[in-house]
Amino acid sequence: MSTPLVELEGVRKRYGAVEALRGVDLRIGRGEVVAMLGPNGAGKTTSISVMLGLRRPTSGRARLFGLDPGDRRARSRTGVMLQESGVPGTLTVRELIDLFRAYYPRPLPAGRAIALAGLEDKAGARVAQLSGGQRQRLYFALAICGDPEVLFLDEPTVGMDVEARQAFLVSMRELAAAERTIVLTTHYLEEADALARRIVVVDHGVVIADAPPADIKARMPSKRMRFRLSGAGAAALEGLPVTAVERTGDRVRLLSAEPETVLRELFRRGVALSDLEVAGADLEDAFLALTARASEPS
Amino acid sequence: MSAVSAGAPAPAAAAVMVAPLPRVLLTQVRSELLMRWRLPTFSATNLLLPVVLFSFFGLPFAGRTTSRGLDLGVVLLTSFSAYAVGQVMVYGFGIGVAIERGQRIDVLMRATPLPPGVYLAAKVIVAMLFALLAVLVLFTYAGVVGGIRVPPATWVSVTARLLAGSVPLIGLGFAIGYVAGPNAAPAVVNLVYLPLAFASGLFMPPEQLPAFVQRVAPYLPTYHYAQLAWSAVGAGREPVATSLAWLAGYAALLLWAAVRAYRREAERKFG
Repeated sequence: MSTPLVELEGVRKRYGAVEALRGVDLRIGRGEVVAMLGPNGAGKTTSISVMLGLRRPTSGRARLFGLDPGDRRARSRTGVMLQESGVPGTLTVRELIDLFRAYYPRPLPAGRAIALAGLEDKAGARVAQLSGGQRQRLYFALAICGDPEVLFLDEPTVGMDVEARQAFLVSMRELAAAERTIVLTTHYLEEADALARRIVVVDHGVVIADAPPADIKARMPSKRMRFRLSGAGAAALEGLPVTAVERTGDRVRLLSAEPETVLRELFRRGVALSDLEVAGADLEDAFLALTARASEPS
Repeated sequence: MSAVSAGAPAPAAAAVMVAPLPRVLLTQVRSELLMRWRLPTFSATNLLLPVVLFSFFGLPFAGRTTSRGLDLGVVLLTSFSAYAVGQVMVYGFGIGVAIERGQRIDVLMRATPLPPGVYLAAKVIVAMLFALLAVLVLFTYAGVVGGIRVPPATWVSVTARLLAGSVPLIGLGFAIGYVAGPNAAPAVVNLVYLPLAFASGLFMPPEQLPAFVQRVAPYLPTYHYAQLAWSAVGAGREPVATSLAWLAGYAALLLWAAVRAYRREAERKFG
């Protein structure tokens, strides 16, 4: 990797009694498109806040373009879309974009930023009159209007409808093609897969996986199986192609990418099972598998 | 970004890699002006309320002469100008900052390259412009409707004193804005500013106030603010230096309170 544009070094962040980050190391180089994936409360937003200098690490260090993240020179090369932040409602879309453009040394033309965000019809509307999805597009326009080298997007697609999501995806590909560095957070694996070339999985304040989407997906279980075992010993479940097993009394919960093979093997062993249920694994299951917490006795 | 800008920029190159501050400030001022103008809470209250109050408490006395031989209409016009400028500062910063905090506008602004000093400077400049406009509207109204004529030099002197002496009120506004929530702020500024204005004799001559209020008044910032303005029309009861000293002391105290409130908030939100 060339000189990292974004760097976290052993970052810990404590809010009162809660430790949101428990030692995060991350280096992101020029042109990378990175998705930070994790459930709510995993530490994604805190990580981004520390990268941006919006939060001070309790210990460890954050650098942006090799500078302190709060440095104006670093900020001038950075675009941001934050969750739960507001803009003045009495300005029009174009006025607000022009205001933000003035903060940057070499901004995009206003029309270009408006078009990239798909806000052509709303350029003259007051911000207060925008719908939730349009507001999200406006935040995207504000993030890119300074033509930043690094773009931080915290949960960018929340509140977007299907159409807006598609348009957003296209804009993101254009930005990635133009060698922009993008760091985004999401709690959807599909979204991370569609947008990013590198997925950083965060859970309970630590990075538990950092790999290309294909590798991450291969390690994610695709199915969750539940059933009851009648009278079989612990040996009945050994050596199966599963990523996690949880057994409470006669109830069994398995995570596996190959449920058919698991069933075939169980029947071959003559295990009697009932109340079988097979469902698509959700992200929670995936995290259980990745952290292997499920295999530990609880 | 071009490949040329990759790698560590030379110090000279780094210097041109931020937007020029005058341009940032100008754009910020223009936006703040638009925002304030479009919010009737600010624009209507700041520009019209002093006119309405002056119509009730000032105009009826136009043409009368005070015991010291001054034109009472002019003295009262000065009082309401002080009320108007103080209101722009206390309400504008008190309610404005509370609303921005409530809507989390401050969070996004903090992540942009906009330097906090420029953000603050733009707010103060816009408040000064509104205050200037408020005084202009009041003097024009008094002249046209009440026939109260004031020499331009007096107008300039009163306005300059009111703007220069408003620093403690800016501090008061900021302190309230960082402590009160967006819903409480309008109530708090009214509960703080109206009694201050009343007790300091901005609405009626201090001699007509209850005795205990008259005893407390000389310790209030707005009392010395009023004295500073009155002395421009010969109605002051203390030397200008005394008014300025009191205002400087209150400015230090209230700005300290504002900075403290700001730091506490910043620690919670950005610590």
